[in-house]
Amino acid sequence: MPADFYYGIEVVLNGLMAGVMYALVALGFVLIFKASGIFNFAQGVMALFAALTLVGIMEGQVPFAHLINATFGTEIHHFGWHVPALLAILLTVGVMVIFAWAVQRFLFRHLVGQEPIILFMATIGLAYFLEGVGDLMWGSNIKTLALGLPQGGARWIEDATAGLGGDDFYGFFIDKLDLVATLVAIVLVAGLIAFSQYTKHGRAMRAVADDHQAALSVGISLNFIWILVWSLAGFVALVAGVMWGAKSGVQFSLSLIALKALPVLMLGGFTSIPGAIVGGLIIGVGEKLFEFLVGPMVGGATENWFAYVLALLFLVFRPQGLFGEKIIERV
Amino acid sequence: MLYREAGDYKTSYEADSQTFPIAFDRYRYWFVLAVAFLVLPFLVNDYVVNALLLPFLIYSIAAIGLNILTGYTGQVSLGTGGFMAVGAYACYKLMTAFPDVNILIHVLLAGGITAIVGTLFGLPSLRIKGFYLAVATLAAQFFLVWLFNKVAWFYNYSASGQISAPERFVFGVAVTGPNTPAWASYLVCLVFVTFCALIARNLTRGALGRQWMAIRDMDIAAEIIGVNPLKAKLTAFAVSSFFVGISGALFFAVYLGAVEVGEAFGINKSFLVLFMIIIGGLGSIFGAFAGAAFLVTLPVFLKLIGVDLLGWPTDLVAHLQLVVVGLLIMFFLVKEPHGLAQLWRVAKEKLRLWPFPH
Repeated sequence: MPADFYYGIEVVLNGLMAGVMYALVALGFVLIFKASGIFNFAQGVMALFAALTLVGIMEGQVPFAHLINATFGTEIHHFGWHVPALLAILLTVGVMVIFAWAVQRFLFRHLVGQEPIILFMATIGLAYFLEGVGDLMWGSNIKTLALGLPQGGARWIEDATAGLGGDDFYGFFIDKLDLVATLVAIVLVAGLIAFSQYTKHGRAMRAVADDHQAALSVGISLNFIWILVWSLAGFVALVAGVMWGAKSGVQFSLSLIALKALPVLMLGGFTSIPGAIVGGLIIGVGEKLFEFLVGPMVGGATENWFAYVLALLFLVFRPQGLFGEKIIERV
Repeated sequence: MLYREAGDYKTSYEADSQTFPIAFDRYRYWFVLAVAFLVLPFLVNDYVVNALLLPFLIYSIAAIGLNILTGYTGQVSLGTGGFMAVGAYACYKLMTAFPDVNILIHVLLAGGITAIVGTLFGLPSLRIKGFYLAVATLAAQFFLVWLFNKVAWFYNYSASGQISAPERFVFGVAVTGPNTPAWASYLVCLVFVTFCALIARNLTRGALGRQWMAIRDMDIAAEIIGVNPLKAKLTAFAVSSFFVGISGALFFAVYLGAVEVGEAFGINKSFLVLFMIIIGGLGSIFGAFAGAAFLVTLPVFLKLIGVDLLGWPTDLVAHLQLVVVGLLIMFFLVKEPHGLAQLWRVAKEKLRLWPFPH
């Protein structure tokens, strides 16, 4: 086998890993969309905000330090303590739950019954708001996430596959972090599925996703379910934020992965959790392969747009995505 | 007292179907135009023109364009930045390829080229609706920006990858390039704004506008009563892109002078224009102006209060601006989904009855 072939396989493998990362973000979208019909554009910013909060709590930063210093002329930055990772994660989840409650209480409760597109735009506003609050609270510098997640290439995979494609081939390079992310994603999806299938609140969640009014009439509190779903999405955002933050530092560009998750969703269908995973994998592999095969011919950086164009072309033939519910329109 | 139609008798069909049926409205618009054309050019200085007036006028055109697509036809687009880039680069290529032709014609042609590109990217809208379409227009946004970054022909193989507007004259006065007097660039943009607003206003009142609105309100029902969705949607994309292209061309040639595509026409620009029409009011020409004015003055205003008055550092004010804009979007969607234009409409209704509201 020529080395190029193995390089191709390596690209596919790395694409799969990248796809898992996209899928992590896309999961949060699907959760909220299924339960409330809201297309939550703020999911990426929620990931950024969650990661920022986690870092901030762990390092004992004073929230809004910059603002307080500028207003009162003080010089405070840190409380001077370090919070252990597990406790910090719990606190961050708490913050995301409060956020979920606030979003429900102050925004979407007032928008019940509005057109989906209005709700969508409201989440764009929410994204801007949250981005600004995140920057104000924790500062906009790039932060490193010190959770002790493994970094760097997985040596034994590299060693085990070295020499497959001749002497010039040094084995597959796969980031350990990506492997961890894959594991986490599998656990997360399994957990979500178990939650929605076998618990009381999970069943209630599915009932709400099916039919709001029928769910209300059997005594399910829509308000509670929506807060629950937003909290879950906040938790998924935290996981995604941790993974992406460990990969490339916690910074503004994290929120842009939300944009990458959109074509993933379109491919997989907005209403399907497996769709989010499969869509993520297709996009991940597709864009890496395209960059590998066609990129050099057209000047590279095709990853910027390939996912969108792929999704666009795909949608023309199948408007509801791979696994989405068929769109039925009536007058 | 002044603002009512009572006593304003129309004696011909033309008079009855004119743009502004109430006399006071007509006088008011003539007054605004007169001030804008005859008074302001003598008063403005560089700062006012560059910080407020030019962005306001140029974004107004873009907002009118997007409003036709999103507000009137109901097709949400997140590709405005990409289409503005098409206008800018088309204008640049035309300016450098045909230096003898008047710049105003180039700007119009740039709008035309953008209309063609916009129609191409509008084709999927016949199959894809709602969010799916919004995401699909992102393909246009990212692909176009990438294209202008990578293909050297578009920026004439310049080393920096930037495009910069050469000096061009209208009636012997420079309107692009570094030696442009402030009033000249202001007047050029004003002419285009007036022209675009007039076209948009009349298009949306006419048969085409009604077709667009029928598609927006319910596309299947519109199809059944005989609106051709292919024609309505594609004309909406074409007209909208035409305006957006003009604004992109002006943004590059008259306002900035030199442009790097990812920075000037990135995804943020798409959102900015979308916010303008949400805050201003979907489906309203006045709303496009109001939204543009609001979002152009807001940063200037915040900077004035935050940096100059309270002495905060600029990055803090920039973050605060995000918070304020986000809050405003949510506030408007909750309290007044029809935006500033609706407040204006309500005010006019009240005025008509004033001082005897019953």
